[in-house]
Amino acid sequence: MIMNEKLILCDGPLDVNEINSKWYDEFKNSNYGAIITFVGVVRDENSIDGLSFDIYEPILKSWFEAWQNKAKQKNAIVLMAHSKGDVLNHESSYIAAVCSPKRRVALEMIDEFVEDFKAQAPIWKYDIIKGKRVYAEDRSTIINGAGILK
Amino acid sequence: MVKVEFLGPINKDSLELEINNLSQLSEILKSDEDVSTWLETCAVAINDTLVSSKDVDLKDGDKISLLPPVCGG
Repeated sequence: MIMNEKLILCDGPLDVNEINSKWYDEFKNSNYGAIITFVGVVRDENSIDGLSFDIYEPILKSWFEAWQNKAKQKNAIVLMAHSKGDVLNHESSYIAAVCSPKRRVALEMIDEFVEDFKAQAPIWKYDIIKGKRVYAEDRSTIINGAGILK
Repeated sequence: MVKVEFLGPINKDSLELEINNLSQLSEILKSDEDVSTWLETCAVAINDTLVSSKDVDLKDGDKISLLPPVCGG
């Protein structure tokens, strides 16, 4: 499913070349001097067959819109694509990109954008082990402000 | 009536509860063995906005979501 051209969510692995070229074709004429793309690839480790993801789309969308507003203040834009469901080893589940007039803004923003995504975006990861989904609890981050119901 | 949904790995069907505030929800969920161990690490959203305090009044039709620790990418 495509929400808009800047935030893409799709079932299964991402077609990285298609998404990258779509973004490049769309934004190269917008006078951005720097387009920086981060692509996450599922690694073969710990005997997993791949990863699987759940996404809570309403809060992901508002998180992304807040980032878009933040980027706009520096005349930049952010782009993101993520998988839902299963993504096998050596396929891709995540792309983040920043387009900006100047390279320094893009280089700094891609770091902050990816790290904040890791800490706050409402996405849950599971290892696929022998066909079962096992929550990646030890790699997960508690969202800021959690624990008010304890 | 408010709806309470449990996201990601909590793996529990949503609840419909007659409650007026988050303190009442906390008491109910602490005695629910499927959920009680998640409470310390879960963030809470009301109508898809994260909240950082229990000091919120609930109204009929509100949707409360529990968000366990996340790991995108």
